[in-house]
Amino acid sequence: MANKLLEVKNLKQHFGTSSNPIKAVDGITFDVFEGETLGLVGESGCGKSTTGRSIIRLYDITDGQVIFKGKDIHASKSRQELKEFNREMQMIFQDPYASLNPRMTAGEIIAEGFDIHGLYKNKKERRDHIGDLLEAVGLNREHANRYAHEFSGGQRQRIGIARALSLNPSFIIADEPISALDVSIQAQVVNLLKKLQKERNLTYLFIAHDLSMVKYISDRIAVMYRGRIVELGEADEIYNNPIHPYTKSLLSAVPLPDPLTERKRTRIQYSHEETTEEIKVHEVLPNHFVYGSDNQIKKWFK
Amino acid sequence: MSKKLLEVNDLKINFKTYAGIVQAVRGVSFELYEGETLAIVGESGSGKSVTSNSIMKLIPQPPGIYAGGEILFDGRDLVPLSEKEMAKVRGNDIAMIFQDPMTALNPTMRVGRQITEVILKHNKNVSNAEAKDRAIKLLDLVGIPMPEKRFRQYPHEFSGGMRQRVVIAIALAADPKLLIADEPTTALDVTIQAQILELMKDIQKKSNTSIIFITHDLGVVANVADRVAVMYAGQIVEYGTVNDIFYNPRHPYTWGLLGSMPDLKNNVKEELRTIPGSPPDLIHPPKGDAFAARNEFAMAIDYEQEPPMFKISDTHYAKTWLLHPDAPEVPIPDAVQQRIDGYLKEAEENGK
Repeated sequence: MANKLLEVKNLKQHFGTSSNPIKAVDGITFDVFEGETLGLVGESGCGKSTTGRSIIRLYDITDGQVIFKGKDIHASKSRQELKEFNREMQMIFQDPYASLNPRMTAGEIIAEGFDIHGLYKNKKERRDHIGDLLEAVGLNREHANRYAHEFSGGQRQRIGIARALSLNPSFIIADEPISALDVSIQAQVVNLLKKLQKERNLTYLFIAHDLSMVKYISDRIAVMYRGRIVELGEADEIYNNPIHPYTKSLLSAVPLPDPLTERKRTRIQYSHEETTEEIKVHEVLPNHFVYGSDNQIKKWFK
Repeated sequence: MSKKLLEVNDLKINFKTYAGIVQAVRGVSFELYEGETLAIVGESGSGKSVTSNSIMKLIPQPPGIYAGGEILFDGRDLVPLSEKEMAKVRGNDIAMIFQDPMTALNPTMRVGRQITEVILKHNKNVSNAEAKDRAIKLLDLVGIPMPEKRFRQYPHEFSGGMRQRVVIAIALAADPKLLIADEPTTALDVTIQAQILELMKDIQKKSNTSIIFITHDLGVVANVADRVAVMYAGQIVEYGTVNDIFYNPRHPYTWGLLGSMPDLKNNVKEELRTIPGSPPDLIHPPKGDAFAARNEFAMAIDYEQEPPMFKISDTHYAKTWLLHPDAPEVPIPDAVQQRIDGYLKEAEENGK
């Protein structure tokens, strides 16, 4: 098995006051292995974006540990160490319209990272590298001088990807990178992400609510519900053999481009059952984890 | 066959902009029968929303221009109607469900009032109390629990899915014959989307409403539609029953759309088929077939002359030169064909 690149241990992220906390993420544990894509799915408000943002230090976490390449990310650090870490981990955002500064050209947006980290000595080297990155994401060198509004949604998302790649990271958190795009453009961006992963040995945390794309791009899938990971396993395993009733309900709601089965399909409703028993993570099958009490697991897994 | 409710003939809509005249809809024709659902699919900018808004005459004029064609609703042409006459059609005959339930409702009005407003406006002889009764029944019909209590609440007290139910209740308030739903589930989670789709189908069964369903999600189309129109660059490029479009697609753009969805069932891990490039500029629509530049099967004639609608069967039409008797035989791309075969095989096995 590949090395663990990232370990998340009992991560908690609460907002609001301590007397009335909003538990956006409430104790989740998972690992991400080098070179894989871990898909994180769930409905809006389940805490999947918060998880991504906590990992990359956009929030100060409430409790738990995030260990990246053996180092605790949230432990206090010198500026130098922080810079080092920022270089390793980057993020791609959901909305390609809101995540690019309208007053900067594509070249400036991509180069902002180099400038902060002082990676290039002269202008020529810097310009060449911007051009290389633009080409890597399927744009032209000439696009460097254009402003964000001159690009279409799909092209903007490519600029967002080029920016994320600019510091040669090993780990990229993609927070719903395709939900704002058209179907045919989604396919282009997903193909690009896969190609870059192969070329640069990247590891992705792919956050999305669209199960079909997640299944397609991910090696493993984690399903989140109300701030907890309720099921985690290999993508095919989760898709073909879901055990937690929430996962089943989620899968039954994904519409497929196949009218004959769509007509006959019955949706499974999920109603959350509270239990007083101790709830923990069970490994029901090898590498297939389900969150629930002993009795629940027995009931679900026949 | 049931009665024809709506007939759109060669509709053309232009918009005047500083850059020039945008030809957003370039000659669209379709018809809709009572109790059926027509899905219009296409990418953003393909003209699907403009088409549906134009049926409601919601295109602001200026900058919009009805440049030609007719919209026959129950045999009456809507295009020349005045704003006053149109106000009677809207809500009463045709109602619309908008994409974003967050912005479609008035945040300063109680939900109940927003529904009774519609009822009172369209029926002069309904009393306030009767209107309230009907509004509560509507809330109940769209599956909102505790309708009496919800009646007095404001939109911010509702979740996204519940708000979309309210929007549907408002659309149903005056018993329209035609419901236009413009991406009604795009802003919602998959689980909520499934509930809303089920609700719309339920309502259709009960009241025999016709629905025009606009979406870019082919999965949703497969779920709700009886017939499908695929739009590209302001024109319908393929038109047929839902089975025609999904199991026997003939237009290369439809192949592209189907191929760009990941295939979950047959478990193919290969690259997604994409449609290269981006849609054409509709200020200067290209000569010939608008899709030619992105079409890997384009022929010389595609750049010269616009293809007509070729008839494939009584229900199925496509606008591509590939269907001309002199054109070389181009089979459906393997990846798409494999997927279709997989679906059909599974359906056969399930049938046994």
